[in-house]
Amino acid sequence: MVDIAEELPLVPERPPPRTHGVVAWLKANLFNSVFNTILTLLALYFLAMAIPAAIRWAFVDAIWSAPNGQACHGDGACWAFVGEKLRFILFGRFPYAEQWRPLVVVLLFIGMIVTSCDHRMWGPRLALVWVGGLAIVGVLMWGGILGLSYVDTMLWSGLPLTLILASVGMAFAFPLGVMLALGRRSKLPAVRAICVAYIELIRGVPLITVLFMASVMLPLFLPSGMTIDKLLRAQVAIILFTAAYLAEVVRGGLQAIPKGQIEAADALGLGYWQRTRLIVLPQALAMVIPPLVNSFISTFKDTSLVIIIGLFDLLGTVNGALTDSAWQGFSAEAYIFAAAIYFCFCFFMSRYSQMLEREFNRGRAR
Amino acid sequence: MAAETADVLRPKRPPPWNDPKVRGIVYQVLFVGIVVALGWFLVQNTLTNLQRQNIASGFGFLHREAAFSIGEALIPYSPADTYFRAFLVGLTNTLYVAALGIVFATILGTVMGLARLSSNWLIRKLAQVYVETFRNIPLLLQLFFWWGLLRGSAPAPRQAWQPLPDVFVSNRGVVFPVPEASPAYAWMFLAFALGAVASWAIWQWARARQARTGRQFPSGWVGLGLIVGLPLLVFLGFGAPLKMDVPELRGFNFSGGTAFSPEFAALLLGLVVYSGSFIAEIVRAGILAVSWGQSEAAMALGLSNGQRMRLVVLPQALRVIVPPMTSQYLGITKNSSLAVAIGYPDLVSIANTTMNQTGQAIEGISMIMAVYLAISLLISLFMNLYNRAVALVER
Repeated sequence: MVDIAEELPLVPERPPPRTHGVVAWLKANLFNSVFNTILTLLALYFLAMAIPAAIRWAFVDAIWSAPNGQACHGDGACWAFVGEKLRFILFGRFPYAEQWRPLVVVLLFIGMIVTSCDHRMWGPRLALVWVGGLAIVGVLMWGGILGLSYVDTMLWSGLPLTLILASVGMAFAFPLGVMLALGRRSKLPAVRAICVAYIELIRGVPLITVLFMASVMLPLFLPSGMTIDKLLRAQVAIILFTAAYLAEVVRGGLQAIPKGQIEAADALGLGYWQRTRLIVLPQALAMVIPPLVNSFISTFKDTSLVIIIGLFDLLGTVNGALTDSAWQGFSAEAYIFAAAIYFCFCFFMSRYSQMLEREFNRGRAR
Repeated sequence: MAAETADVLRPKRPPPWNDPKVRGIVYQVLFVGIVVALGWFLVQNTLTNLQRQNIASGFGFLHREAAFSIGEALIPYSPADTYFRAFLVGLTNTLYVAALGIVFATILGTVMGLARLSSNWLIRKLAQVYVETFRNIPLLLQLFFWWGLLRGSAPAPRQAWQPLPDVFVSNRGVVFPVPEASPAYAWMFLAFALGAVASWAIWQWARARQARTGRQFPSGWVGLGLIVGLPLLVFLGFGAPLKMDVPELRGFNFSGGTAFSPEFAALLLGLVVYSGSFIAEIVRAGILAVSWGQSEAAMALGLSNGQRMRLVVLPQALRVIVPPMTSQYLGITKNSSLAVAIGYPDLVSIANTTMNQTGQAIEGISMIMAVYLAISLLISLFMNLYNRAVALVER
């Protein structure tokens, strides 16, 4: 009897590659091929160049307090500038002694946005929260009652203005957008044609032209003697613009409703409005909540365009702060600060929308 | 008796106020009536207001002398030219920055989208940081940031930054070398066009032959040889006239090379970086939309990695990618209008100057709107044609 094992040349069996631990992870994720190794080394080189320099600029060499702009020019960032101008950047030209009011408004908005993220709040209750919240915002910003001094809308500025333009814009654009979407899907040719023309016209032009139209042409459109406040004009432009985009989002939801739902509603003898209100819209709107959040993010970012027609939103107050002759040449610091504020809002909302999408798809995904 | 039953059974015509057809017509007449009345009201007000302010409406002003200078123009322009000429300058500037923006944003976005799917953890995370950062900051803020960096923080030409050899970044803009003009380049272009046409013909022939006989032909390599080789031969035939027009510091500024003004550089950079982050997500979603089973099937058929990508994955991914990509391209074109905020003389900026000088607000705005609508329609037309080419062919 021949022992096969002894006949065969003995190849020392190598242990299987490790699948746990740091080395294995590095090998699998950073150095799993020649190409990837080169990429990793390039990326590491880039990071080694960029990160220490950025940290030196932003923290190590940064100047955190300085009496004036001259004393603040060094190798690093001048955060003293942001500290000096913080209240102007956030609240702008709102009367200095009354700036607790816009502060409360900002906190109120953050509270309302967080509340809106709670599933249990969705429904008529949420609308109530927003109507009540916006009413309080109006009282706080305008004043003139309850012992608050009156503040003209031209003095509204900074972060509260950005939040107001975006939230009010969205709140009014939403019903208009739903109506436009329903009109676009209507069986009546004249209604459909007008809605399509409006949506495509607005979506085909940049927001700037709509804002220009509101600021330059709207006064011509109105009967003589009737004037509209500049802020309201910008707000109307944002509403009209956003509505066209929302209409397309809502249309996506309407198109996804199975025909059987509508036929069932017809069979029950529901009329058009009953069918739309009770059967179609609840399903269609629930489906498009994630893209609606995305629309809100773009509206929030788009409000920065109002500075082109001379309003002072967050970006406008940053630009205003940069014109101070005592503090010259700190645009990078100021814009990074403003970018951080915008980023916090947008990043939070986009994460939320992604979470919603995952949750919504859970039922459909295998 | 029988007649009575039939009468009862026959559906009665509903009264006109309950007839859906009649109702539809009434609703539409009402709706159109309201829209027309609103339009009439606005037009009447506008006419009265214009009369009161003594503004002559109409496009006659286009033939008057513009009398303002424009910083950058792709076509010859002087302040003595007409407003119409100024509009054309603005239009070409808009198209120029939009076209460059679309090309570079597509490249950056595709690279970043692929990087987000890389098996390399570091690359994946870097791409994610890029996408999340630039997507969540308003474009206008980014434009101001780049512009402030180039205008305010960048050094004077004497101490210009030099990120690459012979590329200078200073507060006068970005200067980079270009090849000096030579007759060889025109011939090289011709050779390139010839090579492209020839390789297309060869590709068609090879495809037909493979379908007929099953024999393959390396049309890819031959085509590459033709497209690269022919211009190279011409280049060498002319004695390789490779003389670069290198920017040089002369006095207080650079001479030679080609320069982007700070405004143009900031606008282009902002548009590319901002839109690139959106395109990256589109590309990633498109590739993820092709199910892994397709790749497995391709591998089971023995296709190489390149063939799998080219023949199986990409054609299906493009179907998902093209429609949102179209709206990104439209977005880049429309967002180029933000140039007005940093002073690059695009269409909106020049129309704005014109409106301030002449008071012809309605004409100015309607011209801007007409141009953007036309551009939007053209881009969507082209992209729809392309979309039809890549769309699923269903029986």
